[in-house]
Amino acid sequence: MEHGAGGRMSHELFERVFSSRYGNKYLDRAADKAVLKIGRNRIGFTSDAFVMSPRKVQGCSLGALSVFGTVNDLLTCGATPLYLSSSFIIEEGFPFDELDQIASDMTSAARKCKVEIVTGDTKVVERGKADGVFIVTSGIGSVARGVEVSGSNARARDRVIVTGSVGNHGVAVMIARGEFGLSAKVKSDCGPLSDLVLPALRKHGSRVHVLRDPTRGGLATVLNEISIESGVAIEIDEKSIPIEAGVKAACDLLGMDPLYMACEGVMVLIVDKRIEDSVLRELRRRGATRAAVIGTVTGSPKGRVIMTTSVGGKRYLSMLKGMSLPRIC
Amino acid sequence: MVGTGFGDPELVAGLATKIASLGIRDAQLMEVCGTHTVALAKYGTKSLLPDSVRIVSGPGCPVCVTSNSDLSLALRAVKTSGVTLATFGDMMRVPVDGVSLLEMKTRGFDVRTVYSPFDALALPSDKQVVFFGVGFETTSPGVAAVLREAQRRKVNNFSIISCFKLIPPALRALLEGNDVRIDGLILPGHVSTIIGTRAYDFLVEEFNVPCVIAGFEPIDLMLAIYSLLKMIEGRKAMLVNTYTRSVKAEGNPEAIRLINKYFEPVDAEWRGLGTIPKSGLALRGEHSGLDARQKFDLKPVKIPEPAGCRCAEVLRGAALPTDCPLFSKECTPENPVGPCMVTSEGACAAYYIYG
Amino acid sequence: MCLAIPCTIEKVDGLDAVATVAGVKRAVRLDLVENVRPGDVVLVHSGFAIQKLSKEDAAEVISTIVELGEKSGW
Repeated sequence: MEHGAGGRMSHELFERVFSSRYGNKYLDRAADKAVLKIGRNRIGFTSDAFVMSPRKVQGCSLGALSVFGTVNDLLTCGATPLYLSSSFIIEEGFPFDELDQIASDMTSAARKCKVEIVTGDTKVVERGKADGVFIVTSGIGSVARGVEVSGSNARARDRVIVTGSVGNHGVAVMIARGEFGLSAKVKSDCGPLSDLVLPALRKHGSRVHVLRDPTRGGLATVLNEISIESGVAIEIDEKSIPIEAGVKAACDLLGMDPLYMACEGVMVLIVDKRIEDSVLRELRRRGATRAAVIGTVTGSPKGRVIMTTSVGGKRYLSMLKGMSLPRIC
Repeated sequence: MVGTGFGDPELVAGLATKIASLGIRDAQLMEVCGTHTVALAKYGTKSLLPDSVRIVSGPGCPVCVTSNSDLSLALRAVKTSGVTLATFGDMMRVPVDGVSLLEMKTRGFDVRTVYSPFDALALPSDKQVVFFGVGFETTSPGVAAVLREAQRRKVNNFSIISCFKLIPPALRALLEGNDVRIDGLILPGHVSTIIGTRAYDFLVEEFNVPCVIAGFEPIDLMLAIYSLLKMIEGRKAMLVNTYTRSVKAEGNPEAIRLINKYFEPVDAEWRGLGTIPKSGLALRGEHSGLDARQKFDLKPVKIPEPAGCRCAEVLRGAALPTDCPLFSKECTPENPVGPCMVTSEGACAAYYIYG
Repeated sequence: MCLAIPCTIEKVDGLDAVATVAGVKRAVRLDLVENVRPGDVVLVHSGFAIQKLSKEDAAEVISTIVELGEKSGW
């Protein structure tokens, strides 16, 4: 059960079960996307399964997430998202009205991202064989010439930028689940990042080195993934990471950490130092008011993320181990 | 913490400068609170102190000091048909003989994580709810209040397994054991909020150890360390309370009253310290209806420690996590062997995660 | 072993209250504290208010540290 929570155990699961079987030159270590060469074109290809419980939280619905999630994944391989497929596995007895709403949410989301859902499938399974509905969306997009985005591309002296506040989605889901009796106006950040990312790629091309969306496992996990894939260290400054007060408070109360909570509408960009100011300016101009530079890539210690804390101390920021559980200690 | 004024980096830096200027040549301080272990680590406090000042963790992680045989009671309860086991999230991943409560949950047993023991009382009443009570004096009063409420509502499907422990007897055992160097003690601010300052007088009177009661924010930590080092430098052992906004001399009398109404001190087994007299809390006889051990006839099972695991020494401060041969090799947060690595406030996990 | 967070009490109804911090609200029990009123700041541990925090004592500690800095010019 812990394996779906993202973070280290998901890596293990993927490597143990899939990598060894699917192993081929395209399968990116982060695994849920690939860039393929077809003729003279490069195509980004990604697939993701969406399971959300509850299916609607403040600021996010399953339908919207299933589109935005795949669109954002395509962006992380430097692709302009173009077409999606969407397949449903539906539990018998699932309310038609809700299914209709999901489809409608997906259509609005697709329109917002300027992608088209061109194919798909539906299967109904017996009651009890699926948790309401599971959605799998796959997407393709075109990767422009000169774009070279990959998790293994970070280089010493690159700068690390986030497009917005972190941890909103994870906290919104936790609150909506109601297990810990919290109520708050924390809204999921679920949303498409095309309008922020594509202009940066168009303008700066190969000086944008890494694009990653910190979904399951949060910011800490993706930074660790990148530092390992690129064989670098990443140094970040806690004070500069944008976190909403409500997100921080909910995490404080439960003994959890916003840096491990999922985001569904934030992108991490690792860019050549020379374009740092320009990228940041553009992001803010396009509405990412909380976009910020949070750190720098360095040579060592390879595979580690080091954080300067809010009071000037230094410590490691490690990868997430299993699910975040609230604590009283 | 969100805006409490005790996180000002300038004041922290100032205190760090003061500490450095004391020119302490060698000092080993001990904290005895899992929350302090995490707070010290997550703020990167070690990097703000001179190398000559070391802070070791003592037996302040209630998850870590809970013995295997106590943990086996929870597993026994879970396997009892008709039981819903409610527990704090902290306990979910501790492996007992290879199985954790989280694994039991994935196998289909009814285990619920609660943030508050009060939430356990609100769980569906068609089953027997058993609350697994682990913690120190900060936590036991709340559970006592829940028991009072259960009686008031005449609830008959609620009971607890009490594995609560008391800090002062453990401190006595640590100091009497005399096998760990302790130049100064950082005392737990929230346990102290409940028990007050007088409970610690014996530390100075009998053992002549400098002690500071500390809060958990960056300024609290640095101020406490500074105060301790000043005492060490001046060779003066006193009990100083720096967490005055919460800790009073008399503690929280109502909380103490509630603990005493429902619980009585009994001998208890602590991982790392053995059996310590009158260091645990058991339900008083007149409340046996709320005692899951009696209700379900739960008998503890003796389970040996995993081979090679040095949690017991780490918990006493007698070994550092890095002294354990399993640290970071066979024993990691994903595959923990002993409890010090499982729970995020265990010394080994804190070392591994925060560095 | 004592994760407790300062929260402001918003509403009191007998032994039940609503505590809030930065817009996040949670029901808390007041079994362990007396004379709690809306506006009081309390420490919340596992759903219980365990102590009222003293603003005066907090301010006093901070000003002592500030003074220490001024005196020794760190």
